Amino acid sequence: MTKKKADMEENLWRKAGLTDSEYELLTKHMGRAPNVVELALYAQMWSEHCGYTHTRPLFKHFLTTGPRIVQGPGENAGIVDIDDDEVITFKLESHNHPSAIAPFQGAATGVGGIIRDILAMGAYPIASLNSLHFGHPGAKGHTRWLISEVIHGIGEYGNCVGVPTVGGEVRFSNAYKGNPLVNAMCVGFMKKSEIKKAIATGVGNSLMIVGNLTGRDGMGGASFASKDLEDENDEDRGAIQVGDPFMEKLLIEACLEVFAEDYVVGVQDMGAAGILSSSVETASKAGNGVEIDVALVPKREEKMRPEEVMISESQERMLLIVKKGMEEKVNKIFHKWDLHAVVIGQVTDDGFYRVLEDGKTVGEVPVWSLMDAPTYVLEGKEPAHLAETLKFKNEDVEIPKDLNDVLLKLLASPDICSKTWVYRQYDHRVQMNTVVKPGSDAAIVRIKGRDKAIGITMDSNGRYCYLNPKRGAMSIVAESARNQVVSGAEPIAITDGLNFGNPEKPDVYFQLEQTIIGLSEACRALNTPVIGGNASLYNQTPEFGSIYPTPIIGMTGLVKSLAHVTTMEFKAAGDFIVLVGETKDELGASEYLDRIHGLVTGDVPELDLELEADTQKYILETIRSGWIKSAHDVGDGGLAVSLAESCIQGKLGAVVTLDTDLRSDSLLFGESQTRFLLSVAEENLDQVINEAASRGIEAAVIGRATQEPIITIHNNGLKLVDVSLDDCSNAFNNAFDLLMKADA
Amino acid sequence: MNWGVLLFPGSNCAEDCFHVIDSVLGEPVRYLWHKDTDLGQLDAIILPGGFSYGDHLRPGAIAHLSPAMTAVKAFAEKGGLVIGICNGFQILTEARMLPGSLLQNKGLKFLCQDQTLKVENASTAFTSEYETGDVIICPIAHNEGNYYAKSETIAEMERNGQVLFRYCDPQGLVNDSTNPNGSINSIAGIINRQGNVVGMMPHPERSSDSVLGLSAGKGVFVSMIKHIQTLNS
Repeated sequence: MTKKKADMEENLWRKAGLTDSEYELLTKHMGRAPNVVELALYAQMWSEHCGYTHTRPLFKHFLTTGPRIVQGPGENAGIVDIDDDEVITFKLESHNHPSAIAPFQGAATGVGGIIRDILAMGAYPIASLNSLHFGHPGAKGHTRWLISEVIHGIGEYGNCVGVPTVGGEVRFSNAYKGNPLVNAMCVGFMKKSEIKKAIATGVGNSLMIVGNLTGRDGMGGASFASKDLEDENDEDRGAIQVGDPFMEKLLIEACLEVFAEDYVVGVQDMGAAGILSSSVETASKAGNGVEIDVALVPKREEKMRPEEVMISESQERMLLIVKKGMEEKVNKIFHKWDLHAVVIGQVTDDGFYRVLEDGKTVGEVPVWSLMDAPTYVLEGKEPAHLAETLKFKNEDVEIPKDLNDVLLKLLASPDICSKTWVYRQYDHRVQMNTVVKPGSDAAIVRIKGRDKAIGITMDSNGRYCYLNPKRGAMSIVAESARNQVVSGAEPIAITDGLNFGNPEKPDVYFQLEQTIIGLSEACRALNTPVIGGNASLYNQTPEFGSIYPTPIIGMTGLVKSLAHVTTMEFKAAGDFIVLVGETKDELGASEYLDRIHGLVTGDVPELDLELEADTQKYILETIRSGWIKSAHDVGDGGLAVSLAESCIQGKLGAVVTLDTDLRSDSLLFGESQTRFLLSVAEENLDQVINEAASRGIEAAVIGRATQEPIITIHNNGLKLVDVSLDDCSNAFNNAFDLLMKADA
Repeated sequence: MNWGVLLFPGSNCAEDCFHVIDSVLGEPVRYLWHKDTDLGQLDAIILPGGFSYGDHLRPGAIAHLSPAMTAVKAFAEKGGLVIGICNGFQILTEARMLPGSLLQNKGLKFLCQDQTLKVENASTAFTSEYETGDVIICPIAHNEGNYYAKSETIAEMERNGQVLFRYCDPQGLVNDSTNPNGSINSIAGIINRQGNVVGMMPHPERSSDSVLGLSAGKGVFVSMIKHIQTLNS
């Protein structure tokens, strides 16, 4: 060791983000005190972002296997079987903190990073989605600027790299005012035989770095993501990376060309903690050691210190583990694309992670110890607000007199309204596979040359999880699966993005734990294993406090024939409207309470997972039978909003007659779970109703689609809603544009 | 008929064009590489959409200097059919194979949407499958699609029937409110004087595979095939 122990001033580890006990533990692992290089290695690998220190112990709850699961958690992305020896791989990742500070680059590099995860599996990236959460754009322009920049960043990167952005969600609550959420998801396609892994096998094989030069951008991004977002975070500005989508496009083409040959044994993208984490992970999986000479790494800045080279998060770089002797052949392919592949180290057999500078060792630690981040199981405590919010009763709010007005306000709510303003900035058609475009329940992406497609969704509901973390989480999985089945897809698996506040606080830990238990139960019941995910903790600011607990679910499903593809809009006047599922007197946690009464309160609607699974099966099978003309889940804003959405998209009116004793606002705007809105041609109506009856599922004909452009809803002979389609369309279609107008 | 799709680094839509020619139309097609100087025997060349060279400097500014473009110019001078779509159109204007240039959209934002177009001249090698006045849907997806040229140039092109497509509404109405990007005279696509080089911002290939719900753009490629068949018969 060249560095003296004197280097290790007291508190240096704390500055690096390690606790005293973590420091003690790592000196025990090493048998001595670390030097600055070694300390940097541990600080990054033992951060929450790389080491999942708070979340790993909770992951044991997850179901991670199943008949279609080819690869569960532990690789760059999970893989599922879609028949015909073909697979898709998908994952989501957060880029919250970078996007809070530099929204354009933060969002752009979030897209780039997740695409490389997919590429590292050997797959061609076929679709991107993103889930965005912002504060309400108020009188001050900051939030609007943030929204605009994030969306611009996603568009600029995704459009240039040529991966269509096919869907996702944009949601608003002041819980995200100081700390927006930007989670990006990518889906890749490949043949089963083309799967690559992140593994460094074969002693003597070469580690090659490809793509961009390494600079000081993104220094310590992993540990930056693992602490609270402070107000004065200028000194963290170095933790923001800068994206180059053109380089990424070249990387995709060149890498896939290299993968087609038998040159490469392992691949890893360089994400959080750059060269360090990518190489540690590959070595650890193989039970090998690696050594890397930082002098060999192509750099764009001078005098970078070894630890800076190791943890830099410069974008558009990949690590390839190349068979000894094949390096020139690999380089030749990269040359064709005007790129370079450079040998920076090799696989060793001694189990050490060794950093060299010009051949001289500057750091040396056991590989296993870097991967063995200490984990923390804390004691959660129910958040104080629940005692208050669970007391809510529907009688606490008055039923508004003008229900037409409520419907129009909800259609214009930023969570519900059309996001065309967003999606038209994304190229959602490139690659020519997008069968169902953004703005629907699920994006549908076909597999060329086959009669099948993939359903892709991204869903969340922070308010639900704030008011009931466990059931809220279950509801999100159920809603994702509903979005799949109404589109004609059989849900396969999920990737989860766990966005939370500081887990060291007992109430946040409670939310984290309960959410994971909820996700896990729903995934088991609906048979959608968890094949990977991402944790982003410490999402809180001194001014605005902690975000809502926000698990984001990315789900994929298989559409077994293109004939099954179904969309939400009513197709023809005269078709019968069928409501599947039971509407209860449930207002808690609803969009209605939030937007109309200004209340974030009440309990999340009940959810019976067994009934959910049965009902979803019924929906999917009736769609496959060809009996259903349109299908839509009943979600945010309840029955009236879902009905209006099917009318607006289909440019048709509707006459609906109900017969219940429910409060009119519960009936129209309550968010009772496990409900679907179908439209059915007369000749299939009996089949649809009888099939439901034979399965013990509630399904009732509630009205018909009409040519007359008016939506009317009656209950017990009373007209509750009578509103023109034009008014609904205008409210729904114009709201977001108005929201984003500079002088609004 | 032999088709070539020219591949620049950053071309995103090359595979899409290839797919339409190969799988939808069943015609022989191969990729051409931007570094090639000899393109071989061809009847038509497609310059696809995308972000050639990352749109660095200006869309098309670097691509038009690539070795293959010298060969494309020679091919066009001999009367070969060339169509530039989106970024391909931008490259053709940078290469001065077509007049004018493409500025940033008037809304200053990337715009991806289904777009109705009015066919303005159906008597060309690229539009014979349509009737003049037809309204077709071709998606657009661009940030710099705002067509500009000097007023004399515009007047001359209008006189010569060189404007092939204009942005319009579903009823065929052409005015400022139906113009998505601010192009002069709502111009969406043009042809050179000789009638063998076309540039258009909308993507006819994205409106060619009926599985995706649109197919009116296919007429552009079918017109080209029929033109070559007539020449060869």
